[in-house]
Amino acid sequence: MRVYLTAFGCAVRRYSTYRAATFAGVVTNSVFGLINAMVLLALFEARPQINGYDATDAVTQVFVAQAVIGPIAIFGPPLDLSERIRTGEVAVDLLRPVHPVLWWLATDLGRAAFSTVFRSVPTFAVGMAAFELALPADPLRWVAVAAAFALAVLVGFALRYLYALAGFWLMDTRGVHAVVFLLAPFCAGHLLPLTLFPEALAGVLRVLPWASLVQVPAEILLGKDSLPGGSTLGGLCFQAAWAAALLALGAVLTARATRRVVVQGG
Amino acid sequence: MTARTPASGGAPIIDADGIGRTFTRSEGPLFRRRRRTVTAVRDVSFQVTAGEIVGYLGPNGAGKSTTMKMLTGILSPSAGRLRVTGLEPSRQRTRLAARMGVVFGQRTTLWWDLPLRDSLALTRHMYRVPARDHARRLAELTELLELGPFLATPVRQLSLGQRMRGDLTAALLHDPALLVLDEPTIGLDVVSKSTIREFLLRLNAERGTTILLTTHDLGDVERLCRRVIVIDHGSLAFDGDLAALRDGAPSPRTLVVDLAAPSEPIEVPGARTVRVRGTRQWLELDGNPAAVIADVSHHYAIADLTLNEPDIEDVVARLYRREGAARELSAG
Ligand SMILES: Nc1ncnc2c1ncn2[C@@H]1O[C@H](COP(=O)(O)OP(=O)(O)OP(=O)(O)O)[C@@H](O)[C@H]1O
Ligand SMILES: [Mg+2]
Repeated sequence: MRVYLTAFGCAVRRYSTYRAATFAGVVTNSVFGLINAMVLLALFEARPQINGYDATDAVTQVFVAQAVIGPIAIFGPPLDLSERIRTGEVAVDLLRPVHPVLWWLATDLGRAAFSTVFRSVPTFAVGMAAFELALPADPLRWVAVAAAFALAVLVGFALRYLYALAGFWLMDTRGVHAVVFLLAPFCAGHLLPLTLFPEALAGVLRVLPWASLVQVPAEILLGKDSLPGGSTLGGLCFQAAWAAALLALGAVLTARATRRVVVQGG
Repeated sequence: MTARTPASGGAPIIDADGIGRTFTRSEGPLFRRRRRTVTAVRDVSFQVTAGEIVGYLGPNGAGKSTTMKMLTGILSPSAGRLRVTGLEPSRQRTRLAARMGVVFGQRTTLWWDLPLRDSLALTRHMYRVPARDHARRLAELTELLELGPFLATPVRQLSLGQRMRGDLTAALLHDPALLVLDEPTIGLDVVSKSTIREFLLRLNAERGTTILLTTHDLGDVERLCRRVIVIDHGSLAFDGDLAALRDGAPSPRTLVVDLAAPSEPIEVPGARTVRVRGTRQWLELDGNPAAVIADVSHHYAIADLTLNEPDIEDVVARLYRREGAARELSAG
């Protein structure tokens, strides 16, 4: 266990060396948040209620989405694992007496933790300063929000772990990443709240794992009954189930990959 | 350093019995791909006893790294039986990792953006080394490999030689009985090479650590390995004393002479001119290099001189040529 904690610490310190990139991230995420929010405000000007969302709900979800970009890495970057499989660098990772899933999880959580403090918090603060957001008064709901956020990070990791792992079979996952980082923001309710989509499409997207990344945490914050099971608890269970399923799949595929893996390069 | 208690029973620390490895490669353009099977290692058998230093040699593409990957468990053999410290590497990789240190010279286990110290601290938890043992070994290795000046430097700012010493330390902090090195001196200057060689000798002499290394550097082999294993095209070509390998296939040194002006091939006793290109000539030496150099500079106007030691591939290449010739002779 200690080794994973230490790896987590190393990852936090590693990301703390990327100051300029972190600052640029906050600026980009905030600016896009402002633009998105204004577009949605104009839309709601015409129709004050869409499928149970009002303008404040929509703007709040925009800033939830912008704030979690860093920690859940919905636009990437891919895990370093992907590049390490391509170059054969993964050979030295496999030599470590650790479980690959836990090792990469620990390092990604380190990255996410750093990103939460230095990207999510400032970005959300910009949203709070610029707009009136729908924030819960009940402290218990904030606890649920924190849990939903943590589960979103887990699902975000598990998905990116699977994309990267595909490299053992495909050699090069740059194509995979190009596609998923384009589609994920759409499926997650990041680009637009899923509420605004046609019902049939939204219905499908709501059961896919990507919904755990933005739509479910946002609805937990907003206290909507469109959550899975109609409740906060339902939403959390949905996320937890996806996290468990994807991580388990990751573990199974890792075992298979490393049994028949061909590590590249001399 | 205090010596390790010798492994009981005297079982070999590495026991390879007819191991082989094939790869399937897809070749050709996207829609007309053909699959081709490549044999990287074929029916290789050898044993290494605790306390040995063995050089694993062969030309590029011979299958050295593939063998190292099988020994460390990151690649499973497609044929044969392999045991390392009594374990089956690909199935018991994690347990084996605790008994083995590995350095792939071209890759690093260190965290690129963090001070070297942080990566080394991590190995303590990775291998569950008691804090006191870890501190003591780190202090020893820091002194022997002169890490002190750059322990606090981020790894990406280290020179190749410093990084390699860092990687060696990371591989040794858990005090493994076996050290596997794939080209540990690649790209290093003379001083760094010599630091690493002396260190490995000491590690072997004082702690009894068994060392298996691949290298293209004859200096490494001569300084470190009494025994060498040579593979070529995936097959075992030689396993025995370095001295026997050399005597079996003597290989001359070459003198490269840059003359002030083009000339006929140089003729001096103890040397044979094998190649001429413009003002540059290549001489194979049979005799004493000092005498030949004196002779050449006495009779010719010279701009520059270099003496090339034969490298191990050269020795090995000659070994094959001789074997090939012998085979043809006995067949004819
Ligand atoms: N992943 C792979 N897929 C297909 N062929 C491979 C793979 N890895 C190695 N080979 C082939 O196996 C052979 C042996 O390669 P290997 O890396 O073991 O050589 P080596 O002895 O380490 O050479 P070098 O001295 O250049 O490092 C080569 O012909 C190489 O092309
Ligand atoms: Mg190699």
